[in-house]
Amino acid sequence: MRAQYILVDGLPIPFEEGQTIMQAAMVAEVFIPHLCHHPEFKPQGSCKLCTVKANGRYVSACTMPAKDGMEVENNSPDLNDKRRTMLQMLFVEGNHFCPSCEQSGNCRLQALAYELEMLTPHFNQFYPDRPLDASHPEVLLDFNRCILCELCVRASRDVDGKNVFALSGRGIGKHLIVNAESGRLADTAFSLADKAAHVCPVGVILEKRRGFAIPIGRRRYDLEPIGMQVEGQARRRSGEL
Amino acid sequence: MDSMPFALETAAADSSTLRRVAIDPLSRVEGHGKVTLLLDEDDQVQQVRLHIVEFRGFEKFIQGRPYWEVPVMVQRLCGICPVSHHLAAAKALDHVVGADRLTASAEKLRRLMHYGQILQSHALHFFHLSSPDLLFGFDSEPGRRNIVGVAAAYPDVARQGVLLRKFGQEVIRLTAGKRVHGTGAIPGGVNRALTRDERDELLAEIYTIIGWSRQAVQLVKRLHAADPELYDSFGTCRSNILSLVGVDGTLDFYDGHLRARDADGSIIVDGLPVENYHQLIHEEVKPWSYMKFPFLAALGPQQGWYKVGPLARVQNCNSIPTPLAEAERREFIDHGQGKLIHAPLAYHWARMIEMLLAAETIKDLLHDDDLSGTELTTGGTRHHEGVGVIEAPRGTLIHHYRVDDDDLVTTCNLIVSTTHNNQPMNEAIRRVALRYLNGRQLSEGVLNHIEVAIRAFDPCLSCATHALGKMPLQVELQDAAGQVLQRLRTVP
Repeated sequence: MRAQYILVDGLPIPFEEGQTIMQAAMVAEVFIPHLCHHPEFKPQGSCKLCTVKANGRYVSACTMPAKDGMEVENNSPDLNDKRRTMLQMLFVEGNHFCPSCEQSGNCRLQALAYELEMLTPHFNQFYPDRPLDASHPEVLLDFNRCILCELCVRASRDVDGKNVFALSGRGIGKHLIVNAESGRLADTAFSLADKAAHVCPVGVILEKRRGFAIPIGRRRYDLEPIGMQVEGQARRRSGEL
Repeated sequence: MDSMPFALETAAADSSTLRRVAIDPLSRVEGHGKVTLLLDEDDQVQQVRLHIVEFRGFEKFIQGRPYWEVPVMVQRLCGICPVSHHLAAAKALDHVVGADRLTASAEKLRRLMHYGQILQSHALHFFHLSSPDLLFGFDSEPGRRNIVGVAAAYPDVARQGVLLRKFGQEVIRLTAGKRVHGTGAIPGGVNRALTRDERDELLAEIYTIIGWSRQAVQLVKRLHAADPELYDSFGTCRSNILSLVGVDGTLDFYDGHLRARDADGSIIVDGLPVENYHQLIHEEVKPWSYMKFPFLAALGPQQGWYKVGPLARVQNCNSIPTPLAEAERREFIDHGQGKLIHAPLAYHWARMIEMLLAAETIKDLLHDDDLSGTELTTGGTRHHEGVGVIEAPRGTLIHHYRVDDDDLVTTCNLIVSTTHNNQPMNEAIRRVALRYLNGRQLSEGVLNHIEVAIRAFDPCLSCATHALGKMPLQVELQDAAGQVLQRLRTVP
């Protein structure tokens, strides 16, 4: 049977039946910016950062099935402008103070802001008041940085089988909660060994007493920007780098 | 102690009959400050106040944050000497994690970072901020009175100043990861050591740096010798002095005990453990300033105010532990002829001696293999409280935290160098105002005399003035009804 391809920015990328645009791109090591997508979890298409144009329509790359011959626009000024705007909204909606955040250098939101050349927040800051949950002996929750990607919700429910996290409220009032009567993480079965403790793309779920232990220069995105880390692998393999 | 403390703090006459002159802002970098003057009908100065008008709120918003975030967060207090806050906080939190004694590598790496910071900050202050006043004259043409003007007239001086600062910044970068606002110190130690290549990189330059630091001391001595009357009397106010001294009594910027002397040089308090700082220092609040007025509790607010910073440190210690700086210290002490030197302009001389000390210490540390060690953190029995005191470039810096069982900060108390020097700076500008402003037509040059006195204590308030060649200073002379009689914008 003939192999099937999609064209991402003109580059032919093979895919297997049932794969999404994102899955095909990840296998081919083509970078499509994203926050809520994680290859180990079912796609949910909520952050919209992976929006691409497929055959002229805006779609979420993480949920749109690839189709043979589909022309996908990914790395274009139009799409990156929209992604930048979405990032700006995420930044102002929470309290993302990179200068004193221990996830700085390891944070996917920050890395994408650099990648997409976000220079200012542009919108007025919301400055929400979200108290920390430091009740757990091993893990701190800083809700100020939550971007509602639900990765922790999915990991705790689908992998850990504990249902520790959930989203509550609607619209602008939507927020991350802990599934306990007290609302405190200490009153759940949550453990540092849980998958949910290690999937947060920002700085909400943090191992206690470890902040800033990794020096500047050795953090995840210090050496290579996030896009280069994906695409650099492909080029290194092909001998370009 | 001074014979008439606070004489011009509050005007004796009815203030509604006096004209108000406000220098606002003095500067907007590292602290907004303003000076207000009240003048009577004969242009005689009746009241002078230095106000620090900013409200930063760090002590409040650090509450509820996890303690390991604090050393990185609090350094945002300052862009000139963030390492001081970084290290003072880390030292305080060492006690919280039970690291009462750091590993040799961690302590030496922190010292290296701190001495690099002293070097860069002192170089910045002297060459970039103050040397234009000292080399060209306090009321010289303002368009020239900046580092660019110095570069044109004294290219070697400006070049050495810039490169001295650059070296200090490199030391910080290699120990903290960034030149400004790095992350090197963590509670219980540090997060990185120096590689052999990094040490070699610094060693290749350190002997040049020591040589330039020696020249800087000679330059400031020549300035004193050229006009000793001015340098010994300008804004001079006698007071107590306070600083950290090493456990052996030597000058130590990183660690030690608290020592205070009276204005004659007699020791008032010695060997006080830093965690007992609150026994030594109380603070007074005055309604006209956001900045508190600390004083030695035993002497009270009228008699207990004190100076901190280079002038205090160089005279408070028994000796300096490096040979070249110690020789300069002795010469400085001899200049006082057995008495403590209280002249604000002598801060510059003491500052350059300290810069030489920093350079010599960096050299010694760079030859120590502990800098490349692998044991970088330690810990012990957890505590709920920690005090960290360090000698920042501008003076004694106190950080005090309480942390709850959940690792969140519940209380934060910071007493920073500028706060200690609040009363001395006020007194110095009162003397300058009496001598240089009384009865005179206001001009940028006349008003700059007030800034020169402030600058000697705390470059944070003068940064923008010289760094960009602009003086962001607007002065309005108003009558009692608020009518603007004269307005000065001192942009060159």
